[in-house]
Amino acid sequence: MSDIQIVGAPAGVEGAGFFATSLDKAVGLARANSLWPLPFATSCCGIEFMATMASHYDLSRFGAERLSFSPRQADLLMVMGTIAKKMGPVLRQVYLQMAEPRWVMAVGACASSGGIFDTYSVLQGIDEIIPVDVYVPGCPPRPEAIIDGFMNIQELVKTESLRRRNTPEYQKLLASYGIQ
Amino acid sequence: MGKITNEELLNSLNAKFEGLFTVVGEPFGLLTIDTTRDHIIDVLTFLKTDAALQFIYLTDITAIHYPEQEKQIGVIYHLHSLVNNVRIRIKVFLVDGDLHIPTATTIWNGANWMERETYDFFGVIFDGHPDLRRILNVDDMTAFPMRREFPLEDPNRVDKKDYFFGR
Repeated sequence: MSDIQIVGAPAGVEGAGFFATSLDKAVGLARANSLWPLPFATSCCGIEFMATMASHYDLSRFGAERLSFSPRQADLLMVMGTIAKKMGPVLRQVYLQMAEPRWVMAVGACASSGGIFDTYSVLQGIDEIIPVDVYVPGCPPRPEAIIDGFMNIQELVKTESLRRRNTPEYQKLLASYGIQ
Repeated sequence: MGKITNEELLNSLNAKFEGLFTVVGEPFGLLTIDTTRDHIIDVLTFLKTDAALQFIYLTDITAIHYPEQEKQIGVIYHLHSLVNNVRIRIKVFLVDGDLHIPTATTIWNGANWMERETYDFFGVIFDGHPDLRRILNVDDMTAFPMRREFPLEDPNRVDKKDYFFGR
């Protein structure tokens, strides 16, 4: 008996020799288990992310072992660390270069709220310039917390409608950030 | 080469600039003098080029803000004589609203970024600087953040409001 776990089938109709489900669910399942993260690591949370990717915590169990250092091919932007105001436009451009569908995870106190850096030179949370899907608290968060945040992203991806970018809510959200 | 004492250093300065500077003190053995912007370049040039002193290394240029003083902004030069193993600190105080001082880039090329940083944080204008613009802060910043009247904390911060803590 192999101890390899595979992801369960989505809800659907099953019978002898066939299985029927909606395309949304099938695509969501595929997307959720093959997310390509773009690590935008600027400080100590990046070190925790290295531990998350390494063999002990092994983020590749979730199908995310392929880090994309090009935003064009990335699905998930993981912002880990303090974002100075001077870095803000760079981060925003990286986000704009990502193709839809795209998700954003703010890892750690600094990316989520500015953290201890309540000062004129540091962005008080990346949600001032780009929309964020999941916030991971901690200073820095442990790898377990990053994995928990990642699994929450997976839940979002699974339940996302196939063409999120066409929905009015999403377009309104982007418009509030002055994107598109 | 042995170390020259602060007394010998002061004698050399007095021989050339008697009455044009005042001695502030020697905290931690570091001779500190006060001069004016009319003489700062002469003093720096003398310290660098004098055959005995040879303060060839410009450690830092920075500034300080004392809002309660009449001359609020002080520009501070740190020089190091690598040959004689001795340092000196030179201060020039300026009136807020007339923050002009001649550039030291004519003496040390390394003064370029130091003066840009001092301009960036205190708004001191170094006359004759080849490229005086902000270096560390965002380009569209309008304030000079190390001045005392500038609030250190970011006004956009929401999670430290008093009502979250029952205050």
